[in-house]
Amino acid sequence: MDKPFAITLDPGSSLANRTGSWRTLRPAYSDHLPPCNNACPTGENIQAWLYHAESGRYEDAWRALVRDNPMPAVTGRVCYHPCENACNRGRLDESVSIHAVERFLGDEAIAKGWTFEPPPQRSGKRVLVVGAGPSGLAAAYHLARFGHEVEIREAGPMAGGMMRFGIPKYRLPREVLDAEVRRIEALGVTIRLNAKVDSLLKARDEGGFDAAFVAVGAHLSKRAWVPAGEAARIMDALSVLRGVEMGEKPLLGRRVLVYGGGNTAIDVARTARRLGAEEAVIIYRRTRDRMPAHDSEVQEALDEGVMFRWLSTIKMGTDSAAGETFTIEKMALDDTGFPQPTGEFETIEADSLVLALGQEVDLSLLDDVKGLTLHNGVVKVDAHMMTDCPGIFAGGDMVPSERTVTVALGHGKKAARYIDAWLRGTRVEDTPKHSLASFERLNPWYYTDAPRTVQAELERARRESSFDEVVSGLNADNALFEARRCLSCGNCFECDNCYGVCPDNAVIKLGPGKRFSINLDYCKGCGLCAEECPCGAIDMVPESI
Amino acid sequence: MTVQQISFYQTGTFTVGNRLLDEAQRTVQATVARANSLTSGHRACQGCGEALGARYAMDAAMHATQRQMVVVNATGCLEVFSTPYPETSWQVPWIHSLFGNAPAVATGVAAALRVKGRQDVRVVAQGGDGGTTDIGFGCLSGMFERNDDVLYICYDNEAYMNTGVQRSSATPPAARTATTPAMGDAPGNQFGQGKFLPEIAMAHRIPYVATASVADLRDLEAKVEEAIHLRGARYIHVMVPCPLGWGAASHDTIRLARLASECGLFPIFEARNGEVADVRKIRHRVPVEDFLKPQKRFAHLFDPEPDTRRIALIQAHADRNIQRYALLP
Repeated sequence: MDKPFAITLDPGSSLANRTGSWRTLRPAYSDHLPPCNNACPTGENIQAWLYHAESGRYEDAWRALVRDNPMPAVTGRVCYHPCENACNRGRLDESVSIHAVERFLGDEAIAKGWTFEPPPQRSGKRVLVVGAGPSGLAAAYHLARFGHEVEIREAGPMAGGMMRFGIPKYRLPREVLDAEVRRIEALGVTIRLNAKVDSLLKARDEGGFDAAFVAVGAHLSKRAWVPAGEAARIMDALSVLRGVEMGEKPLLGRRVLVYGGGNTAIDVARTARRLGAEEAVIIYRRTRDRMPAHDSEVQEALDEGVMFRWLSTIKMGTDSAAGETFTIEKMALDDTGFPQPTGEFETIEADSLVLALGQEVDLSLLDDVKGLTLHNGVVKVDAHMMTDCPGIFAGGDMVPSERTVTVALGHGKKAARYIDAWLRGTRVEDTPKHSLASFERLNPWYYTDAPRTVQAELERARRESSFDEVVSGLNADNALFEARRCLSCGNCFECDNCYGVCPDNAVIKLGPGKRFSINLDYCKGCGLCAEECPCGAIDMVPESI
Repeated sequence: MTVQQISFYQTGTFTVGNRLLDEAQRTVQATVARANSLTSGHRACQGCGEALGARYAMDAAMHATQRQMVVVNATGCLEVFSTPYPETSWQVPWIHSLFGNAPAVATGVAAALRVKGRQDVRVVAQGGDGGTTDIGFGCLSGMFERNDDVLYICYDNEAYMNTGVQRSSATPPAARTATTPAMGDAPGNQFGQGKFLPEIAMAHRIPYVATASVADLRDLEAKVEEAIHLRGARYIHVMVPCPLGWGAASHDTIRLARLASECGLFPIFEARNGEVADVRKIRHRVPVEDFLKPQKRFAHLFDPEPDTRRIALIQAHADRNIQRYALLP
């Protein structure tokens, strides 16, 4: 002891004190599943591509996006964005306009000519895809990326399926659709048009395909029996929309009735207005809140002067000297919300009636496939999108599901994964999902108030006279703003808060993109980092002794 | 405020940093080059607001002076938990003498530097609310009155926490401490005139007085930077919640500091030459209950039944601050 009086320790730094031994809880960085990703039918990693978009790296963002969805310019326009309904920001002010950023990225890719990366190697396997709609195109894209040779056979004269023949131009401009289809072809996918498959097994065996994916879409309109005179002009919605797409001008007349309450009814009514109808009236049996059509479209239709008659059905059509008349019966909702006839009738004049009562799938190509289970006019598939016949997979409108473009794209992706595994004789390893990043995990104090970017809309006069696109996209500036509204729920976005608020300097900053770690020698387990993490990416877990 | 709002990011200026910011726009706390003036291994409690506030302030001062500074530290928690002889957590030139004389020692250091012609080395003094508002108050007032070239930073946790949570002159009304127990007709600290030192400092008409909080790091750093570059007596009063003394969860330190300002009880402002120059507006106003309820030192205001009369008095105090400093946006 060669030290001055009463001194037992050398002068030194407090770093010798391992105050981490005080700890009973330790912070653990973790990733949680953002609600947008969770809600996306194509399984897009939305937060991941918004993360790139936030820093203006749009090509990286697009590449992260198309890992799951090859058609972002289409879905950015026509998807009903369940992601935005789930978005936690909706609890703060308004949800992030994810679809608008997606659309911007999709358009940017078309403008800049970004192409898909070719598959690393060929598998030597051949897959037949029937139908060039969203589901078939998505399956073909993903299968091609897995290295398989894919041929799509399409009965129609153009690719796109319901995206082309069911969705009007003012919602989805054809040059956008064409560009995204062409990019999938450029990946090496063959699309044979006007090549209707009458027998799947025959086509598969003759073509020497190892597997088949069927996604033919619901192109048959459902009919309702409306007693009418010889001359009564009654059409179905799909033929009207298809006719417009093929350059015909269906003769709808000055006053058009549309019978139905789904998105197709809205599409037809809006199309009729553009074709010169002075009045387009949607007749629907229930009330607006019970309408299956999406609210945004109903609102746009109202803005364009489309009229609605709620709680009404068409009973009869006649033609008289004055023109055609249709008899309408008033309905009332019963306790279960089902419409019941009231016996009150009314007659209205109209030049034509368009039926938009839903669509069915033509399953005749599967007639010779033995052992399929059908249910309500669609094909039953297992959790792997495979029908009861091994090696034949199906998706889109022909399997039980919601009929939207994005759901169909998701089926294509999912089927492609299982077809790939089936062809290789492997199993798809399902990685366990992270737990959901709920709003309660967030520390909303940190998020700046920022109103959602509003997309401009075409003025009414031009909407009624043309098929120009109604809703405009974002530009690079406001797309950046919108991307930066993302709260990054449940996943670290490197705001440095944990690093800054630790009273013990126990958070280690690992550098850009590498996030942080904890120096457990000094972390006392106070939990400030977890409490003050804006996005809830830190959990406090009990220390094991 | 002295802080510029950044054009727009996910979190605006509320978080410590942001990966999207240029290095130059980041806070000192967000950089790996920060001085870590108060380094790891110190013996402050879990979630200590004072350790946090002191590091924020000293790192910012080290950054602003390019590490040319001397720190004088009053006795108190900050000194005891950081420097049990013979070891220290301080990574700054640091002097400790007595509880009550930090302003006087700092004045002496400034005088010595002046004599030596060292204009580049700046003097910072710091202490808790006990050493500042009570024991060292005479020295501090003298330092202000002579306009000595010292920046004094007070970390206010509203009692003598180091020696077992005794009441100080900065303890708020109704708070339970070891010397103002929660018993009798009016449990806790009595409602008196109180002592809000920033306003006394302003009465000395010194060049710069500011309040800040560990809940707003950018603001605190900007005020230290601003004050360091001025000459004469300067005073910054920082709100630093104490989990132990306040009877709050250790992870709630920053949240409580935020609530103290958002309810109006702790106004955040800066003053020059005795006049209020700028205030930080309340963003989401909350009732004082939101601030009081998570703290055991105010538990007797809610249990067994709400003491509505005294809660209303505290609310009235917050409302007066809101009006006096025009805290609403």
